[in-house]
Amino acid sequence: MATAHIMASGMCGIRTAGDLVAWMQLTRQMKIDAAKQYVAEKLKIDVADLCNEDVMQNVRKKLDIGNICAAADGVKGITAKSRIADLLDISINSVNLFKSKLNAPLN
Amino acid sequence: MSDHILIRMGDGERISMSPDEVKEDLLAGTQDAAEMGEIPPLTSDECEHLYEIFADPNRIVSVSPGEEVITTDDGASGIMVVDQPDGGTALPMGYFNAVLAFERICCADTAGMGHYDYSCKPIKSIINYEKQRYYMYSQATTIPLIYGTQPNLGLYFQPDGPFPNAAELIPQGKIEEARRAQEMAAEALTEDLVFCAKELYDVGCDGFNFDTSGSAGDADFCATLKAVAELKKIAPDMALEVGMASEFVLGLHGEIEYNGKRLAGMFPHEQVKIAEEAGADIFGPAINVSATESTPWNLARAVTFVKETVAVANIPVHPNVGMGVCGVPMVEVPPIDSVTRSSKALVQIGKADGL
Repeated sequence: MATAHIMASGMCGIRTAGDLVAWMQLTRQMKIDAAKQYVAEKLKIDVADLCNEDVMQNVRKKLDIGNICAAADGVKGITAKSRIADLLDISINSVNLFKSKLNAPLN
Repeated sequence: MSDHILIRMGDGERISMSPDEVKEDLLAGTQDAAEMGEIPPLTSDECEHLYEIFADPNRIVSVSPGEEVITTDDGASGIMVVDQPDGGTALPMGYFNAVLAFERICCADTAGMGHYDYSCKPIKSIINYEKQRYYMYSQATTIPLIYGTQPNLGLYFQPDGPFPNAAELIPQGKIEEARRAQEMAAEALTEDLVFCAKELYDVGCDGFNFDTSGSAGDADFCATLKAVAELKKIAPDMALEVGMASEFVLGLHGEIEYNGKRLAGMFPHEQVKIAEEAGADIFGPAINVSATESTPWNLARAVTFVKETVAVANIPVHPNVGMGVCGVPMVEVPPIDSVTRSSKALVQIGKADGL
């Protein structure tokens, strides 16, 4: 049933720009139109192309922020989220924790 | 246009209705919501739009390009691994793989996860395991990962919990005793919700979903709101989603207030404002489904409530669209035709920010 909703009305996550727009709702409480506008400006694309796989796959590859078709050397998971936080200029809790561990002094 | 339209009843049964019968049910559904919630009914254009969604002869319908919204869920990926009572398919795989499949095969915008029991109380005693799971999953997921749990105040009453059972005290006429029991139980629930969410925040939790809030009435909802307010102070980088259990906050206590507002009797457009006051980032209204009414009646009703809720909200609104809420039939395997009609109508007419 969840998949039916995703196909009928969802943005389709990393297949397009769904995760990016979702991050704006979670971190800035943005309503859907404002969140889409914000992400489109950051990606320098039209709002209409946020769910256009033909455009978004190239954008995601170029920015290296995680793709649905996984390249062996493409980023995924926390590395992708770290790049997304920088791209969207947002604070992501899991990324902050990851970076704090990564950059913590050894002694 | 066909002179008969295949639709579903609220229990999933497929029946045939004439266009006039569908239109009558749409009107009756929106009027019922308007009267109950004291909100505007759908306009005639909106009713016509909803009629066209039902009259579409295609089995599956969808929004148009550019109208897509965000999906959040209640641990939907877990459906791959759990079994029948949770609507699951019992695939021989782990929850971790299910979450990754939800991200990369189902292409969800966010992924929910949670403990199999899903209620807050049993999670407290195994929180370290949940922290390990969340941390491990969040290293591998790119989409936002949201930990969900049900406040479920009912588990705090005897014999499951330590407090006198309000549902037993009320029929005995012990109203004040029942109220005190609910207040004490709600206090314990708030403490547990804050404890679990803060522990998860410390391992990088990006989102926490209070799912089916208010299931045990106004005290249950109040406990959730207090937990949200506290977490906004001590876990500011974690999004908080408040999803409701039903369209109407039951007054099992009757006098509980939050910020001076009585919670009993609140409808979705009022619930969202109090959730905003507490600090919620996303609100999920749940509009009840009547199994004996048609899906046109049920969905018109749901869209009417959702439209008003979105109109007054300053935060994203994601209507709950699982089994038996917001126009989705109350049946173990909800038919795809009804699911997608609900999806389309709530976005196009209800103007939902997500589902």
